[in-house]
Amino acid sequence: MTVEPAEAPPLGGQEGNDAPAIRITALGRERSVEPDARESVIELQDVSCFYGSFRAVRNVDISVAKQRITALIGPSGCGKSTLLRTMNRMNDLVPSYRTEGTILFDGQSLFAPGVDPVAVRRRVGMVFQKPNPFPKSIYDNVAFGPRINGFKGNLDELVEHSLRRAALWDDVKDKLKQSGMALSGGQQQRLCIARTIAVEPEVILMDEPCSALDPRSTLQIEELMAELKQDYTIVIVTHNMQQAARASDTTIFMTMGDDRAGYVVENGETIQIFTNPKHRLTEDYVSGRFG
Amino acid sequence: MSAASITLTHRRPIGERIIERLLFLAAALGVLTTLGIIAVLAFETVEFFLQISPIDFFTGTRWSALIKPQSFGVLALVSGTLLVTAIALVIAVPLGLLAAVLLAEYAGTRFRTIVKPILETIAGVPTIVLGFFGLNFIAPHILRPLLGADNIGVFSALNGGIVVGLLITPLIASISEDAMRAVPRGMREGAFAMGATKFEVVRKVVFPAALSGIMASVILAMSRAIGETMAVVLTVGTKPQFTFDPTESVQTMTAFIVQISIGETAQGSIEFKSLFAVGATLFVMTLALNLLSGWVVRRFRTGYS
Amino acid sequence: MTAAAPAARSAPRFEPALMRRKLTGTIFYGACLASIAFLMLALALLLFDVLTRGLPWLDLDFLTHPPSARPARAGVLTSFIGSLEIGVIVGALAFPIGVAAAIYLAEYAADSRLNRLLQTNISNLAGVPSIIYGILGLSVFVRLANLGPTVLAGALTLTLLILPVVIIASIEALRAVPDAQREGAYALGASRWQMVRRSILPAAAPGIMTGIILAMARAIGEAAPLIIIGAFTFVTFVPNPISGQYTVLPIQIFGWAQQPQADFQGISAAAIIVILALMLILNGLAIIVRARLSRHIQW
Repeated sequence: MTVEPAEAPPLGGQEGNDAPAIRITALGRERSVEPDARESVIELQDVSCFYGSFRAVRNVDISVAKQRITALIGPSGCGKSTLLRTMNRMNDLVPSYRTEGTILFDGQSLFAPGVDPVAVRRRVGMVFQKPNPFPKSIYDNVAFGPRINGFKGNLDELVEHSLRRAALWDDVKDKLKQSGMALSGGQQQRLCIARTIAVEPEVILMDEPCSALDPRSTLQIEELMAELKQDYTIVIVTHNMQQAARASDTTIFMTMGDDRAGYVVENGETIQIFTNPKHRLTEDYVSGRFG
Repeated sequence: MSAASITLTHRRPIGERIIERLLFLAAALGVLTTLGIIAVLAFETVEFFLQISPIDFFTGTRWSALIKPQSFGVLALVSGTLLVTAIALVIAVPLGLLAAVLLAEYAGTRFRTIVKPILETIAGVPTIVLGFFGLNFIAPHILRPLLGADNIGVFSALNGGIVVGLLITPLIASISEDAMRAVPRGMREGAFAMGATKFEVVRKVVFPAALSGIMASVILAMSRAIGETMAVVLTVGTKPQFTFDPTESVQTMTAFIVQISIGETAQGSIEFKSLFAVGATLFVMTLALNLLSGWVVRRFRTGYS
Repeated sequence: MTAAAPAARSAPRFEPALMRRKLTGTIFYGACLASIAFLMLALALLLFDVLTRGLPWLDLDFLTHPPSARPARAGVLTSFIGSLEIGVIVGALAFPIGVAAAIYLAEYAADSRLNRLLQTNISNLAGVPSIIYGILGLSVFVRLANLGPTVLAGALTLTLLILPVVIIASIEALRAVPDAQREGAYALGASRWQMVRRSILPAAAPGIMTGIILAMARAIGEAAPLIIIGAFTFVTFVPNPISGQYTVLPIQIFGWAQQPQADFQGISAAAIIVILALMLILNGLAIIVRARLSRHIQW
């Protein structure tokens, strides 16, 4: 019987040494105390995002609380997606991109030398705006991540478990061999969620996951998010204010400044942001006066 | 002032219709060409088969058109062609695919400005030049020193295979590159987001998704290799024999056709007519491969929603 | 929709083995680079061999003399002129016919069954080996039409050879023109031909011209079809385009390369340099033409 790891492997990918003891939320662990509401899993300190010499996002200071749903809202083009994609170093794929400032994930700097984006991305997963299942079978879609990451265990069980958690198992349990692309839009997105959670990340980033879906599927995904936050921290970028108001615990409002760089205007509990915003801009946005 | 009467309907002017007819004729020229090819090959081949039995032709392994005793077993020529083609594919498929992956997945603009012109240059060199290269450089400076002058002559299937392989590499590279580029970016991102390395994304997502295009490129390259003439004429030799030994000199179908045409062969003789029968065999083989490649793309194409 | 109650079980373990995976990736990348290096090396060796063999023989005499049994006195004059004659005639024929066919297929008959048939046919023709076109030309132009083994017969044969390529390139160039152009012209009351001539063709011109120049370069490099038709390898007089015997550069190269003496290999290499220079000029011309003509086009 294998011993449960007591600490997360350092981001550099070397197996455990004397990293500080950090609790990880692995599946199957007995749920214990309600996590400290102020405990943050991702912290951004004075973060700016650049494409070449163009600054897309400036001076962001935010915390993402563990096992909560944090929503990033704001008008189009204000850098919400850019900021999100920095958190799992997806932006590294763009050659001219660079980040300034510090991002801490579980207390470790995300951009420290020796940190491998490949290792980061297993622990910080992402679901995209347009569902992007592979042209493989449903089973192989979900099994892709575990296989790559050297999963040692019962793959069938993991696939079933992930599909159940994504509320897709009942729909597909008889057709696991069918192509993932034959599913409907909402099902495809849930498949993408299933395969993301199959590698057991700690955080799930969602980039407008419902904007390509119909209202019924959207609602299903929102219900799913509420379930998932018991085990994962979720950060969601959304255009849909009602969605943010419904589904999230914390809301961060961004907008674009005169220098075309996005910045954070206000950051707080969702209820407060929507009923009693502190800034004029926030109030204008949530009441629909712009954006 | 009377209102100008505007006719809303009118027959299309004569000029338009003539132009359309002319354009149609130009397009139909293609059909004429195909019919012409088929007619010529069929007619002459039938004439040939009046004198030589088709069974002997298609199953015989000895080909000797100019040297008595005459024998017209086309398998000797076909084996020469296929031997050269096989060697060419062994060289071109790995080279072409690696180049394609580099261009599609790894290369920035810096790389592309170097790699693309190289591929296009190789593709644009007249094939006789590549034959010259094989004859004057590859055989004497590479093959014979490496394998021993006793083991391989100036002419060999291997020499021809190397040269033809270089020739068809750009074809595989460019079609496969297009196929890989067509894979949507979102699919790659999805794989990256789960912690895949770049090589894993290429190997497990992009390559399988582009597979139908890649297979088609290989089939087309094979067809091109089979039809290649000048590069093999200088490198492979004029010794038709049914063999799989790459160090041997052989003769391909195309090289035989050239040999007969250059020589003093009388135009009504059976040797001359055999040219058409060999040509017909060549035509059918390449046509079959071209159609196969189209079918492969249609049948196995990955649908991206 | 409720999650299965998490049973107390051992947590599944992942062994990401990052080092090994990254190493594999690096090795693969290295292989990709090696393949390009190999191709570059092959090209470099080819040029090196040709240049070292041929440059000593390349002088003004070489360019202005006809071939001779003695390598020292041989030249490429006749074959060069033959290539030029062929190239010009092929270009002059393939241009109108190819563009006309492309216009028909792209603009007039789009998407009908007939159109698809014609297009498939042309794609297949593009894949037919060049030597087969030689056989066709032999039967139709040399014998049937009684043109004999002349430049004209050769040019007609090569025209048929490159026509599919010209048509396909032209269709692509025409298709690249956005539909907005067509709709705009129609909205102003233009007939189809007017729209094509005034609006689409100028826009597609760079792509079409490039395609034709490259096809001409290809035709000039062809030897096999012309050999079948009866082009000779030893022609000492400047050919009369319509009725004379003739030869072209690739065939001259071939003829000399077949002689065992090293001197003949030398002049063969010199002739290769000439044809490569010609290819370079044509490719350069294609690039210039494209750049010049596309200056006015901005979508």
